[in-house]
Amino acid sequence: MSPNLINFIYLVAGVLFILGIKGLTKPKTAVRGNMLSALGMLMAVAVTLLTINDVDYRYIVAGVVVGSLVGSIMALRIQMTSMPQMVALLNGFGGGASLTIALAEYFSTLGAAPTSMADMLVPVAVDSSAFGVGAEGTFALIAIGLTVMIGALTLTGSFIAFAKLQELMKKSYGLPGGPIGNAILVLGALAAVVFLVLNPGNMAAMLTIVGLALLLGLFLVMPIGGADMPVVIALLNSYSGIAAALAGFILGNTVLIIAGSLVGTSGLILTQIMCVAMNRSLANVLFGKMAAGGETIDADEVYAGKVKSAQPDEVALMLEVAQRVVIVPGYGMAMAQAQHAVRELADAMEVRGVEVEYGIHPVAGRMPGHMNVLLAEAEVPYDKLVEMDRINPTFEDTDVVIIIGANDVTNPMARESEGSPIYGMPILNVDKAKNVVVIKRSLSPGFAGLPNPLFAMDHTLMVYGDGKKAVVEMTTALNQAD
Amino acid sequence: MEILILLLALFVLSLFLGVELITKVPPTLHTPLMSGTNAVSGITLVGALLAAGGDASPMLVNVLGFIAVTLATINVVGGYLVTNRMLAMFKRK
Repeated sequence: MSPNLINFIYLVAGVLFILGIKGLTKPKTAVRGNMLSALGMLMAVAVTLLTINDVDYRYIVAGVVVGSLVGSIMALRIQMTSMPQMVALLNGFGGGASLTIALAEYFSTLGAAPTSMADMLVPVAVDSSAFGVGAEGTFALIAIGLTVMIGALTLTGSFIAFAKLQELMKKSYGLPGGPIGNAILVLGALAAVVFLVLNPGNMAAMLTIVGLALLLGLFLVMPIGGADMPVVIALLNSYSGIAAALAGFILGNTVLIIAGSLVGTSGLILTQIMCVAMNRSLANVLFGKMAAGGETIDADEVYAGKVKSAQPDEVALMLEVAQRVVIVPGYGMAMAQAQHAVRELADAMEVRGVEVEYGIHPVAGRMPGHMNVLLAEAEVPYDKLVEMDRINPTFEDTDVVIIIGANDVTNPMARESEGSPIYGMPILNVDKAKNVVVIKRSLSPGFAGLPNPLFAMDHTLMVYGDGKKAVVEMTTALNQAD
Repeated sequence: MEILILLLALFVLSLFLGVELITKVPPTLHTPLMSGTNAVSGITLVGALLAAGGDASPMLVNVLGFIAVTLATINVVGGYLVTNRMLAMFKRK
């Protein structure tokens, strides 16, 4: 097949990827968009298979079979509540694929792959011209070094993110010196890249890049807490794309560059959205703790004698006479698997003529859009899922807000208390509603470690207990009323 | 060098296009967007096929190629399937 034809088909594939993402701008066109994107992938892979010769198909077939099996089992078995874990793993695999491609390309160009660790320490006599003519050789080596570095750190970083989301790793560990330790690892890996570019045959340099970048991935993500995972996943998503685009530079492959840069920007934009929604800089999420600013607020002082609690059937009495109710879900809803119960409560209210909407904060849950997927799974129509900026002006006309498993994103201190660590973070202004019902196990603080004055307000009722159970009891009580 | 500049141009333009496209995706679809882009980043499968190596290649290259093909295929198959599963839920109404 002529190179022109191949590149033309890659171009068509690239256009299909673009149309695929364009389809995702509306729920109605999204399924078709995803299909178009998959068609582009099929074309790109098929044309590549037709063009490669001198390959050992056994390895390719084995890889495709194993990968398809693992991929489809993961995709079909995963629960919607665990979607962040799935995306974390896929980010890691993407990074791992770019890493191994770059390594394979490096060793096959060297023509003398080591068979033992000892071999690795003996440099091969080769200069950059083996990787391309003149500046192209140097550029290819830089691309190889950077692909290896970003691919490796995405691999280990994503597995740590997975472990944190799956709650296999509950504590946070960091390098002594925190950001400084990480900076030393980054500089060390970059120095090894430079050394490799100058001494392409030095396999020990390559090994150093791999080792340092794998460690970097571990230490970058280990200190970061669970509620900051949306940012981490989005950022690693971006890295996996950048690694793919860099791999495209190594191979001189256009479709890798197009697809990789689309994924790279997607991850970066989501990262930025998440950071804005928390009013924190990326550096603060990655390296900082929540600012300890201001005097520590004593929870007892905030709550003492002011918190009122209620039983689910008392809440049902309020819901009976309500005109408009807004449900605010958080990670707690996912933990309690309460999305179906919540939908049933909403149904029971709608039957009685109550207007029900859902207020979704951008960082609710463990990844961008997490709550939306859970509620879509429970068959809540997507036009009822209202984003923060649009729902906030409506709270004043809302009779009851039901908060289930959310905390910091409703804390009025973010709006009012200037010394507070979360001051300036955009929140859902639920306190403006006529009545607020908070379903929560206890008064324990959220991720920010702050008491929430909302719980002590005159028009707030706390319903203590398991989220799902409380919601089911409300629904039952509401259905029994006449 | 000419090819390099062309690839670089493609890269930069794709970045700008990406920004324009992604900012129009509504928050409600951000999770499928992430899993969908995971699938797209499985395009490394094309790279993996090109790098997998042949009979004459050292064993290490074949093994690395096998790993690359496997991981990229997981992303392609897993990514598109799970995205489709999620989007189908959004489409119901």
